[in-house]
Amino acid sequence: MNSTAVSCRKVNKIFAQGELAVHALTSIDLDIASGGFVCLSGPSGSGKTTLLNMIGGLDRPTDGEITVAGQRIDRMSMSDLAELRLQHIGFVFQAYNLIPVLSARENVEFVMQLQGVPSSERRDRAMAILAEVGLQGMEDRRPGELSGGQQQRVAVARAIVSKPALILADEPTANLDSVTAEKLMQLMRDLNSQIGTTFVISTHDKLMMSYAKRLLKLHDGRIIDDIIQDDRQE
Amino acid sequence: MISISNTTATLAWRNLWRHSRRTLLTIAAMVFADTLLVFMLGLQFGQYRMMIDNSLRVFTGQMQVQARGYLDEPHMFRSIPAADKLATSIRNNTRLDAVAVRGYGFALVSSGARTIGAQISGVDPQHEPLVSSIPGLVKQGRYLQGSNSNELVVGSTLARNLKVSPGDELTLLGSGRDGSIAATVAPVVGIFESGNRDLDRQMLSMPLDTFREVFSMGDHAHSIIIGGERSQADSIAAGARAALPADGELVLLSWEKLLPGLKQAIQADFTSAWFMYLVLIVLVAFGVLNTMLMSVLERTHEFGILLALGVRHGRLGRMIITESAVLAAIGLLLGMLAGGMVIWYFRVHGFTYPGMEAMGERFNIPSVLHPEVSLRSLLPGPLAVFIATLLASLYPIWHMRKLRPIEALQTI
Repeated sequence: MNSTAVSCRKVNKIFAQGELAVHALTSIDLDIASGGFVCLSGPSGSGKTTLLNMIGGLDRPTDGEITVAGQRIDRMSMSDLAELRLQHIGFVFQAYNLIPVLSARENVEFVMQLQGVPSSERRDRAMAILAEVGLQGMEDRRPGELSGGQQQRVAVARAIVSKPALILADEPTANLDSVTAEKLMQLMRDLNSQIGTTFVISTHDKLMMSYAKRLLKLHDGRIIDDIIQDDRQE
Repeated sequence: MISISNTTATLAWRNLWRHSRRTLLTIAAMVFADTLLVFMLGLQFGQYRMMIDNSLRVFTGQMQVQARGYLDEPHMFRSIPAADKLATSIRNNTRLDAVAVRGYGFALVSSGARTIGAQISGVDPQHEPLVSSIPGLVKQGRYLQGSNSNELVVGSTLARNLKVSPGDELTLLGSGRDGSIAATVAPVVGIFESGNRDLDRQMLSMPLDTFREVFSMGDHAHSIIIGGERSQADSIAAGARAALPADGELVLLSWEKLLPGLKQAIQADFTSAWFMYLVLIVLVAFGVLNTMLMSVLERTHEFGILLALGVRHGRLGRMIITESAVLAAIGLLLGMLAGGMVIWYFRVHGFTYPGMEAMGERFNIPSVLHPEVSLRSLLPGPLAVFIATLLASLYPIWHMRKLRPIEALQTI
């Protein structure tokens, strides 16, 4: 658990807004160890989501180096980035981002199918993980037939079912009631402690932050504070 | 090789039915175009078949044996020796009675009132009705009787120009195969109206033996006409070819060689018709392109999710093309089915339009068209729409090829 899951060196991201250059990230230097449970906090526009997108290979930095699972991703082709995401990274989005035409089970199975997991194993694992997130009996419902909390649990199930080394979660509790949010946090923390999955979570939620082993505070695209809350991991 | 996984196929199928009304309208447009194309092609092929059959039935036959070079330069000396024997061999080989011997000559034909140049055909009255419809198209008098009787049947326009009717006599003056003068006086026993302007204006027929005598042909002739069904043309041709001498002096000519103008006219008509069909196909393709593009653009966010989950652009492309292929396949099947039913109905009941009956009577053609129900009328139109639909999906795929996950996810 001592290897580095994510490494950023002098990462900058500049967005062009008309003739204006907006520095979304400025000179980010960061190492996240495998098995970490890291929360990124900060006000809106501080660069939390941008940093998550960079680490997940969804966007490229303007300059700087990013290494995930031992691979430099800032110069990777789109195809290689897709493969990296498929094999090593799970995403949980604020807006759930489930595929509307697939049922809860099919959404969970989707990534495994891309990975080539056999059909029967896929089904068993999907059913088991949905039961684990409390969605037993709702496997055949489509996202439109589930509440926000249920959809987010499907999204978490989809992210964790293939046991990726790294899970990136962008405001995962933002649309959830406090009870559901706490259950979700507990689930993620359990996964972190039981399987050693690395979590990097962007959040405004104080409770979520209290679950983190390490808290990174961002402001105007810079890391202004790096707090170790649980010295067992970081 | 492109492989379509179950997930891609499932996603494609379900995405299609997200907006079922839009999908159904697109399919309806394809089915309508397919049906129209199948009907038009079936009708066109039916019409061509009718044109060819009628043209061949009047005088030309399905194929002919001639001396090499006679078709291009029809000199009297380019003839078939022992033509009757050869015709008998062909009848035996092909097991077909519809084989008739003809000789052709040119002469000045005089009725006393007028003199006109005309083509004389010497025909075998026994077998000629089996390869030509002219014996059945005698409007006044009767057709020729006996192979050596001295009598004439004349085309209706020629008869009118010569001012003769059955019972009148005509004087023929030409040159024989050996260069001698060919002359005879013979009575007109009948006047035919074939519907073919050239034949009615230029031709008169006399019995073959009489023709041979007048034109010093001996046992020669200029053509052996072979009838039969066009569908059996290949086997008939094989039988006929086997009867020909090996020296290559005689050739077997198909109707396409004998009537190149007819073939060219059909090809020209077919080409111009396809231009119209192409317009229809392009219109349908734009309809499908619109559907696919809307469907892709409104799912940009979803494509972002798929890319974020690790789906590659190639797989997204396959998903879009699968959607198109499913849409196109439904259109193809329903279109062929609907088109097939329409042309089958008209195949049984016939298709006609105002004025066709009068035209049919005038030109001696059927007044009712029967569309052709065949693979060549059922498949090309719907297949062209199918291909156009697949091609229409390439633009949305091209549009997606550089889509970056973050941009897609930020799309509402």
